[in-house]
Amino acid sequence: MTDPATISAHATAIRLRGVTKTFGRGESAVKALQGIDLDVPAGELTMLVGPSGCGKTTLISILAGLLSRDGGELAVFGTDLATLRRDRLAAWRRDNVGFIFQQFNLVPQLTVAENVSVPLVLKGESVAAAVRKAHDLLATLGLEGRGKSAPLKLSGGQQPRVAIARALIHEPRLLVCDEPTSALDAELGRRVMELIRGRSTRPDRAVVVVTHDDRIFHLADSIAHVNDGRIDQLTRGAAYARPTTSTSMGTSSASSGKNPGVHT
Amino acid sequence: MWRFAIKMLFGDSAKFYGILLGLGFASLLIAQQASIFVGLMSRTFAFVGEVGHVDLWVFDPTQSFVDDQKPLRSTAIDRVRGVEGVAWAAPLYKSLLVATLPNGVRRSVDVVGIDADTLAGGPAEVVAGSLADLRLPDAVMVEIGSSQQQLRLPADLAPGAIPAPGQVFDPAGPTRDVEVGDILELNERRARVVGLVKCAETFVAAPTVYTTYARALSYAPQSRRVMSAVLVTANEDADITTLAERIRAQTGLEALDPNAYAMRTLSYWMRETGIPINFGIAIALGFFVGVAIAGQMFYNFTLDNLRYFGAFKAMGASTWRLLGMVALQALVAGILGLGLGLGAVSAFGLNAAGGKLAFKMLWQIPLIAAGAVLVICILASVISMWKVVRLDPADVFKGP
Repeated sequence: MTDPATISAHATAIRLRGVTKTFGRGESAVKALQGIDLDVPAGELTMLVGPSGCGKTTLISILAGLLSRDGGELAVFGTDLATLRRDRLAAWRRDNVGFIFQQFNLVPQLTVAENVSVPLVLKGESVAAAVRKAHDLLATLGLEGRGKSAPLKLSGGQQPRVAIARALIHEPRLLVCDEPTSALDAELGRRVMELIRGRSTRPDRAVVVVTHDDRIFHLADSIAHVNDGRIDQLTRGAAYARPTTSTSMGTSSASSGKNPGVHT
Repeated sequence: MWRFAIKMLFGDSAKFYGILLGLGFASLLIAQQASIFVGLMSRTFAFVGEVGHVDLWVFDPTQSFVDDQKPLRSTAIDRVRGVEGVAWAAPLYKSLLVATLPNGVRRSVDVVGIDADTLAGGPAEVVAGSLADLRLPDAVMVEIGSSQQQLRLPADLAPGAIPAPGQVFDPAGPTRDVEVGDILELNERRARVVGLVKCAETFVAAPTVYTTYARALSYAPQSRRVMSAVLVTANEDADITTLAERIRAQTGLEALDPNAYAMRTLSYWMRETGIPINFGIAIALGFFVGVAIAGQMFYNFTLDNLRYFGAFKAMGASTWRLLGMVALQALVAGILGLGLGLGAVSAFGLNAAGGKLAFKMLWQIPLIAAGAVLVICILASVISMWKVVRLDPADVFKGP
């Protein structure tokens, strides 16, 4: 595995070549990924966009180590996840990946700080110490004094911040976000994405966001357009033009075609 | 994560209380029915326990249980006394007779006639009077407890008073407890209460009346065979088992130590009646109700939390850790449910103590209930665990 300290900005954090995935067999088989080539640079925020059923979720699941690929090559921070057995893979995820789920999946029976502390507790830290760190992190996210609250008592703007805190508390190298703004209004969605970007785009990290939300496309360093299990186009540039229509998936308004790692 | 597992369990209060209710009800039903069963079965041989300082009971070989009276010839006592190793042998009479009360009410009583010389076979606890007073003319000692409910004398008849000639009492009129000095009739013969005794409740549930063996025979219908059993104490150096074998061989009668006699009685009731089956059905019902309620509730609880388990799995929790969390939740619910059920059974038992209700909670019963609750928890959690094992961490990205 590559030493994080040696990774410089724009080095490749995730490298996919010809990655395929098929669900089912025979006539009912569905080819979810049909040869994905993609480089996700370290220190950048990459968005996966595309219509429903295009393979975004399958792709993000594979590169987060939740799903195995059928073919092709995949290296995440230099590690071929296919070489890891199930327990080692779980441990790898525990140490290297932070997740922000679409519905945030905050456990309602636990306090906000306990929810945030879960990744540290999974790594073996004591609950008391982990909760203490969670309170500190929550304070930096503007949630000072809310650590003992129940997640459901939080406002719609506070819950995403808790999810972000949980995803980042163990300093993961890969942050994976699944539709993090889908349930939020435009302003809140923008603020959440700015927070994710501000907190996680560091030289030793990579952020991958699956989204349909074209209101946040401008916050991406690159956007991979997924269609029918392939990447149609990779759009590079932090200053992605904000589209004027809300229905656009961003493919027609892409600003540039720089695509260092894509073979379409 | 263990602490979080417990908080998840306690935090879903509706399901948590549902699980507790199911497990508590199951353990309550299992322990309570088992305790009543043991209490009831204990009564079948309670009389054997009442008679102390006896090494062997000698009785007719065809007798199946304590109250299955197969009277012996009066010569049986001499034959037993003649066996080597017998220190002393005393006759015992035991039979249901009819007592007539001054108000004309007739009640069945369990008359026990004991040897007047040794008073062997007498009650364990004398509440009023002295056992030696049984040697007085017409003397009987009456069990309180059962007698206070069944042998009730007219309230306007003073204790010890004899009804005046022509005096009639209303059978439905007010009554009082039997007391020392009262006069009863046993098979139309006078019986004077000289003492009150306390006995363990027996299966027959008729009040026990103690008297001497000879007087008991005078109350009993005439017959050539009247002796219920011979009570034997062995010489100090005699081996009880050997002595029993010797009595069997020399007299043709059965000889058992008190424990074996009690077990012979118990096995008869277990084997020949539907009591064990009836209680077994109730206990099984408790078990299956527990499985149904607690299992369903626990499964629903796990299903509700499956998305969080999926999130934990995605975040790197191993399947074993998640299974441990589910097992811990089931175990904690089981312990609390068991405590709730056993607490309720204990309260029930304390409330029933001293009453008519047969209730005896042996130390094995809570263990049996705990075992049953453990099985319920295992059955309930195995299905939940299967869902967790099958849980694909990638499912967390499939949305709500």
